[in-house]
Amino acid sequence: MTSDSAETTPLRDSSETARWQDYFQLMKPRVMSLVVFTGLTGLLAARAPIHPVLAAIAVLCIAVGAGASGALNMWYDADIDQKMRRTRGRPVPAGKIKGEEAASLGVVLSLLSVMFLGFAVNWLAAGLLAFTIVFYAVVYTMWLKRWTAQNIVIGGLAGALPPAIGWAAATGSAPLNAWLMVAIIFFWTPPHFWALSLYVTTDYAKAGVPMLPVVKGARETRKQILLYSLILFPICLSPVLTGLGGPIYLAVSGLGGLVFLLLAWRVFASKAGDAADPRVADRALYDVTEDEKAAGAKAARNLFAFSILYLFALFAALLGEAVTGVRPLELLK
Amino acid sequence: MNQPVETDAAQQAAKKARDGRNLALALGLVAFVVLVFVVTLVRLGGNVAKPHI
Repeated sequence: MTSDSAETTPLRDSSETARWQDYFQLMKPRVMSLVVFTGLTGLLAARAPIHPVLAAIAVLCIAVGAGASGALNMWYDADIDQKMRRTRGRPVPAGKIKGEEAASLGVVLSLLSVMFLGFAVNWLAAGLLAFTIVFYAVVYTMWLKRWTAQNIVIGGLAGALPPAIGWAAATGSAPLNAWLMVAIIFFWTPPHFWALSLYVTTDYAKAGVPMLPVVKGARETRKQILLYSLILFPICLSPVLTGLGGPIYLAVSGLGGLVFLLLAWRVFASKAGDAADPRVADRALYDVTEDEKAAGAKAARNLFAFSILYLFALFAALLGEAVTGVRPLELLK
Repeated sequence: MNQPVETDAAQQAAKKARDGRNLALALGLVAFVVLVFVVTLVRLGGNVAKPHI
């Protein structure tokens, strides 16, 4: 191509300059790391013999499946992501990767991860992974997210299932203890996301996403956060009744749960979300002005930050006990 | 005068990005082949080592 023709050539297709890192970003690596962690915990907490290679394959397939559903989500939600500061820089809305490419990547990786998990490990785990991907990409992304304020409550099931997939990979079954881990993440999700949404309300409103604070208001959201936190506390303690969690888990879930409740109460008693500042989402987590502190933004941020630590600590305790062979408590027996 | 220089830079960037994508894809495919091979060994290993008589 001569330089003359290059001058008259239309703008280069953006996808031609996309780097492999942009494709990796499509897979939501931060979400993927959480999914890998909880999936691995489920796999090891089952305390069943599994070949290490197959265990690694199972975790890899869970990670790729999560990444695939992330890519499908980014394809479908590009219009919403474009309008929100937090998501504007994602590869599709930023114009780095075409939507169709993201969708193709998502479909191919979904099929690959499910089929490989099925052939290499077992079909119960593969079926659960397939359900998770479809639930996240279709039920949550295409339907719930734009339709109901309960979007993240019901949609949270997709993010909650990896421990059950891990457990199923190790044992070929999914008993009560596997579903207890699912329940912990399921009931943790609403207070976690609603705490975040309390200080990025304007962003969601601008994008037309019916998050609870947008639809029902901040007051109702603060009440719902407290209610879900009250439900979460006994659910997090229940693994010590059923032979899943040991003494370390009991300490972590008990103390952490009390702190979680305290922070949820502070959000409830605050005015978080009442005076949402459209500039807030641009700033760091604790870059809060005096006015916002008064409005309770800090209370919501504290709960959001602690919720991540709490979930990590709960699963780290289960993982640590399983790896070190700490005997689980069975207080019901 | 600036336009062709800018275009060259864009072409170089596109080539670098394409090479990176191709390399990532190649590594991914090789990794997949290795994984299938290892899984086959693991899954068949026990049965092959102890054939039924």
